[in-house]
Amino acid sequence: MIRVVLPAYLRTLAHLASEVELDVEPPVTPCSILDALETRYPMLRGTIRDQVTGQRRPYVRFFACERDLSHEPPDAPLPGAVVSGDEPFLIVGAIAGGSQLTE
Amino acid sequence: MSGVRVLVGTRKGAFVLLSDGKREQWEIDGPHFAGWEIYHLKGSPADPNRLYASQSNAWSGQLIQRSSDGGRTWEPVGNKFVYDGVPGTHQWYDGTPHPWEFKRVWHLEPSLNDPDTVYAGVEDAALFRSTDGGQTWQELAGLRGHGSGPRWQPGAGGMGLHTILLDPVNPGRIFIAISAAGVFRSDDAGQTWRPTNRGLHSPFLPQPAAEVGHCVHRIAMHPARPDVLFMQKHWDVMRSDDAGGEWREVSGNLPTDFGFPIDVHAHEPDTVYVVPIKSDSEHFPPEGKLRVYRSRTGGDEWEPLTQGLPQRDCYVNVLRDAMAVDSLDRCGVYFGTTGGQVYASPDAGDHWAPIVRDLPAVLSVEVQTLA
Repeated sequence: MIRVVLPAYLRTLAHLASEVELDVEPPVTPCSILDALETRYPMLRGTIRDQVTGQRRPYVRFFACERDLSHEPPDAPLPGAVVSGDEPFLIVGAIAGGSQLTE
Repeated sequence: MSGVRVLVGTRKGAFVLLSDGKREQWEIDGPHFAGWEIYHLKGSPADPNRLYASQSNAWSGQLIQRSSDGGRTWEPVGNKFVYDGVPGTHQWYDGTPHPWEFKRVWHLEPSLNDPDTVYAGVEDAALFRSTDGGQTWQELAGLRGHGSGPRWQPGAGGMGLHTILLDPVNPGRIFIAISAAGVFRSDDAGQTWRPTNRGLHSPFLPQPAAEVGHCVHRIAMHPARPDVLFMQKHWDVMRSDDAGGEWREVSGNLPTDFGFPIDVHAHEPDTVYVVPIKSDSEHFPPEGKLRVYRSRTGGDEWEPLTQGLPQRDCYVNVLRDAMAVDSLDRCGVYFGTTGGQVYASPDAGDHWAPIVRDLPAVLSVEVQTLA
């Protein structure tokens, strides 16, 4: 099982109390995780990546195993600890406090 | 017993305000979508329990929410807004070409007849329509494609399509307005469009009377007289008596002819409301006095309405989608401020009182009159 942690505002949108566990066919990549996540929770489509281009939204970041994977290719294999479920794949909202957009 | 439901979009969520026909005691329901910007929410004239809401934030982009029980519960529907074909470019603030990019939905306008049909005015300016209750959206591309799109430019808040008026008398006639492009009219249900800005004068344009490029802030009509349109422009309050064919200024004795919202009394087609605002950069009421101005003559002659509104030290703004009327007798008038107040007048503007004082900045106000 792949474990995915979402930011609070997306957990609310998807009616989730905590992290998500997903079956993901290998290879396990950011793209394949998001495909599985959006299939199970269609309301998340467009909120993490663009629905047309597939690009990560600018204020969203991907972390795992204490590494920033935001700028890795979307089809790059994720660390073994994520594949085994020992570590979660973290989808994080950038800290953008103080901007007119978010305050 | 009759009543009203006021739908309030704010910088940090949506609120539903309920009252009976007296409009004295209010129930405040919310926040819905706490933390999210709600640019606009509006109910279907064909089914008052069907509501649509535009939900967005900087992290997650655009969502559309739909309610089938008058706003008690909501479900997310489709949020895929894709421009038809190659989007091309519009003007940037400095006049250089800039690619069309979808940013958000400014305004949702449900069909007059079908609860599952709803129009969306978006930034960068375009008009979309859904005929399946918001699940899927298709651009009415004749608007951007009619030829003047490369000359449109953003206003200070972005290049938003903010006003959609569906003509209840002439089938297929739609008016829309864009900051800063102007007013456009379709007579074939949105397939083809023409600009209807003759008579507008904008000194910030190289050709002040140009066909497009005007910063129209809002237009309004009375449903029983849809050929008469009223406009609050960046500067100037305007009127057209021929469905936008020609506009004339009716600012008259207003203390300033800048402002954002404009609306028409539900039963008196020549009674019009505006909220004069000091500009170009201040964007608060002149002299710190929050005054709605009412004309009973279709413009030119205006009277300040002040009873119950702060008349000192008030420096809020009233945004373009933040005024609405109910259709009770007497007509109720409502507006929200960037200071978080929602004011109501149950007597056509003679007396005002706040329904609620401390919401997040109010972006939009709509009213449903319930049987």
